[in-house]
Amino acid sequence: MSLPEPAADAARLLGRRARIRPAEWLFWALAFAALFLLPERHLILNSIAVQALFALSYDLVLGFAGIVSLGHAAFFGVGAYAAGLMTKFVTGDPLLGLAAAGLAGGVVGFASSFLLLRGSDLTRLMVSLGVALILAEIANKAAWLTGGTDGFSGMAVGPVLGRYAFDIFGHVAFAYSLCVLFVLFVLARIVVHSPFGLSVTALHHNPLRARAVGVPVNRRLVAMYTFAAIYAGIAGGLLAQTTQFVSLDVLDFNRSADVLLMLVIGGTGYLYGGMIGAALFVLAQDQLASLTPQYWHFWIGLALVVLTLVGRERFAKRLGAFARLLPGAR
Amino acid sequence: MHRRTMLKGLGAVASLPLLGSAAHAEDTVKIGLILPMTGQSASTGKQIDAAVKLFMAQNGDSVAGKKVQVILKDDTGVADVTKRLAQELIVNDKVAVLAGFGLTPLALAVAPLATQAKVPEIVMAAATTIITQKSPYIVRTSCTLPQTTVPLADWAAKNGIKTVVTLVSDYGPGIDAAKAFKGRFTKAGGKITGELTAPLRNPEFAPFLQKVRDLKPDALFLFVPSGQGAALMKQVAERELTKAGIKVIATGDVTDDDQLPDMGDSVLGMVTTHFYSAAHPSPENKAFVAAFEKANPKMRPNFMAVGGYDGMHLIYEALKKTGGKTDGTALVDAMKGASWTSVRGPVKIDPATREIIQTVYVRKVEKVDGQLYNIEFDKIPDVVPPSPDGN
Amino acid sequence: MLTILFDGVAYGMVLFVLACGLSVTLGLMNFVNLAHGVFAMVGGYVTVLLMNDYGVPFLATLPLAFIVAAALGAVLERTLYVHLYDRSPLDQVLFTIGLVFMAVAAADYVIGSQQQLIYLPPMLSGRLHLGALDIGVYRLFLIVVCAVLVAILHYIVTRTRFGSRLRAAVDDPRVARGLGINVNAIFALTFAMGSGLAGLGGALGADILGIDPTFPLKYMIYFLIVVTVGGTSGMMGPFVAAILLGVADVAGKYYVPELGAFMIYGVMIAVLILRPQGLFARGNA
Repeated sequence: MSLPEPAADAARLLGRRARIRPAEWLFWALAFAALFLLPERHLILNSIAVQALFALSYDLVLGFAGIVSLGHAAFFGVGAYAAGLMTKFVTGDPLLGLAAAGLAGGVVGFASSFLLLRGSDLTRLMVSLGVALILAEIANKAAWLTGGTDGFSGMAVGPVLGRYAFDIFGHVAFAYSLCVLFVLFVLARIVVHSPFGLSVTALHHNPLRARAVGVPVNRRLVAMYTFAAIYAGIAGGLLAQTTQFVSLDVLDFNRSADVLLMLVIGGTGYLYGGMIGAALFVLAQDQLASLTPQYWHFWIGLALVVLTLVGRERFAKRLGAFARLLPGAR
Repeated sequence: MHRRTMLKGLGAVASLPLLGSAAHAEDTVKIGLILPMTGQSASTGKQIDAAVKLFMAQNGDSVAGKKVQVILKDDTGVADVTKRLAQELIVNDKVAVLAGFGLTPLALAVAPLATQAKVPEIVMAAATTIITQKSPYIVRTSCTLPQTTVPLADWAAKNGIKTVVTLVSDYGPGIDAAKAFKGRFTKAGGKITGELTAPLRNPEFAPFLQKVRDLKPDALFLFVPSGQGAALMKQVAERELTKAGIKVIATGDVTDDDQLPDMGDSVLGMVTTHFYSAAHPSPENKAFVAAFEKANPKMRPNFMAVGGYDGMHLIYEALKKTGGKTDGTALVDAMKGASWTSVRGPVKIDPATREIIQTVYVRKVEKVDGQLYNIEFDKIPDVVPPSPDGN
Repeated sequence: MLTILFDGVAYGMVLFVLACGLSVTLGLMNFVNLAHGVFAMVGGYVTVLLMNDYGVPFLATLPLAFIVAAALGAVLERTLYVHLYDRSPLDQVLFTIGLVFMAVAAADYVIGSQQQLIYLPPMLSGRLHLGALDIGVYRLFLIVVCAVLVAILHYIVTRTRFGSRLRAAVDDPRVARGLGINVNAIFALTFAMGSGLAGLGGALGADILGIDPTFPLKYMIYFLIVVTVGGTSGMMGPFVAAILLGVADVAGKYYVPELGAFMIYGVMIAVLILRPQGLFARGNA
């Protein structure tokens, strides 16, 4: 069986875009090399991996589905509490905990996605923010379940796969988070290059035309949003398991704002942006905060201002030859 | 270059950081100080940081033959950051002691780590009761909320107050304070006619204060965290509760020395209970306040600063007792039962609970040399942190 | 009951006075200016410092707060903001958040992290008792000031030449330029006005909210809520939205304290679901 000529062309083009580039091999090789080469930095690397997964999830929402949100912490936080509760009351197995986290994130994402189908960017921004703030308030009020402002403690997380117990150096934590990140990344990569993912991207770039060729707009958006929310929930679950503590700030506005910053710094719509942004952001914050614990915000702020004025696009280009080698980079 | 030598070189480089810290461990004692230096609770961090620096300036940076190095970290008041910083300080910097902890969840997040790594965790600020029960390595130099609240309930019952409405911030310490006040006050025959909680982050107290006005109790009991007192007291003044015959009483967190100078004359005569006032009339405290204000112009030390100052004192004393040994269990054992004359008055670390036993003062806001101060007029010595219900 | 209603309206006015500058920059100029709170903080600090350190009377500080914030706004607009008008909203978010971070740290460095409060002259403090109604004088003052302010702004935007030029410049800058409208000057002036209003809002709100370095972050959400719920068409939307939110919040906390903190967000979501463009959408105001 053979496709008609133009369709075959399109298939080839899309196939080429989906191909794995050399830079991608390099990216993951570096990430896994950090496991062996930087043992004393595993704690911060672990939090980078968690943030990277969170930012990846946000990229699916913003970069692919084109929904601006200021409440992505909602799913992160719900996932964190779900993993915490699972560990404390059902089983200490980390992977089952992650499943619970993803499920919780997905349910909340699915339910709240219907609120975001109408309105301008600003409306979506504020509705998503409102959802996150209301969830934070619920978590605060439900202190009998979540510990409220005191935080949720007493989680005894079991060893990963029944073999590798979490250690104080963060070795297992980082390896675990990195593997989860990698697996979910691969899955996300397959999804965004699938017909489903391509139709969502098309929607984002030209909703009118997408509708005209018969893409069920709302259903696709709901599906993508829910998919991303599952990821965010798992990221929250990872954080809860690797810190063995959940506090109210998992649902905080700042967390939603930070993830937006990370993704925008790294660039949207090519899956690696969030991960690169997360690494840059967390490292910069850590370095600056240890140099000047009181005033580091100033330097982060300055960096953001300069970055935008110089031009994020130009910066992204400098950043790379590398970025251009990644799939779908614009 | 031969491959062998190159490998050797690499090996040497790789082991350098380890060797380096080992060599340092011989003669340096590192203290990891984790505080919220930015964000909502920044003023807490600043007070403690200033007090720690003052203590080091006054007492030197060496004790028991060891050099003391304080590593300050900003956790922005976010628990998972606190936990990671604490872990890095233990693993990479090899700190002997962790200290600071501005808020309850931050102290709780680190508790399992303190137990696992056997590193003492000195809580200099966070005041929810349960904290010290979470790890045998936690020692507290601030207070618990019931500890400072119960004397106020006693005072109220003794001074003709029959009905009280409580208004507290909606979080751990606030709930603790309301519960302790209620437990103690009702046992003494008083009646609580209303229990109100205000969201932690909302500055609009008007509806709550209006409710208090409508309930018409003899007195209103207040607790808000350090830093919010001034805004609250302004709204209390605006609502003219005192004119409506409602007495306003609070824990010392509300008339916090950090903010008291700016609170205005409406707080004159307000009765509070707490463990520290900058106006405490002892020679130790006078010297402390003078030195603090000299080093930090425009800043008056508050109870947070004293928690930090005494925390450092406790660490120094423990190091003296162990002869500079930094074994965590030995350090905590050395801290248990330690007693000294703090700038706040005589204090002792309870060996059983690792809480601080201290005098709680009943104070009244008065003007001294044109400035507002909490002037102590009564005291209850050796207050052991009571159980959460205040009895 | 009446007192609660009055308090709600007064709280709404605090929200409005803080947010009305943003409804100028975000609503009229379509610039996502998250740094709005910075200008409000500057105005607040002008009032606080002038009153507490130099003994300037409260009412005299208000125009100064407006002028200083407006001047700062004008300078930043000409030097920095102007480069970002045609960028994506995400760039604008990144840029203005950066400004907020810098301002927060700078205020902390220069002035200190303590909350600064002011004490109003006796003329404006105290309470009035009018039968069943029992109200704070300053809150009454705020309501009057805001009512006057909204009337003036509404008049400027809808009835004056400047207003129509501004609307033309925002809707289609190229055509506006072709018609001989000096778009750059109009934008600069409007931005300065928005910043000045923010400064005035900070000064008026200083008494009730207090001013500290985290101010721009702490109240960012509230500004945004008021403007979004009100819609971006003009000044009336945010004004009505602020009253609605203020009354809902205060009444909610008084009557159902358990749900106190949910009220403002709940109202926001409900309004935005029913009217995605806000209460007063562009075109039908």
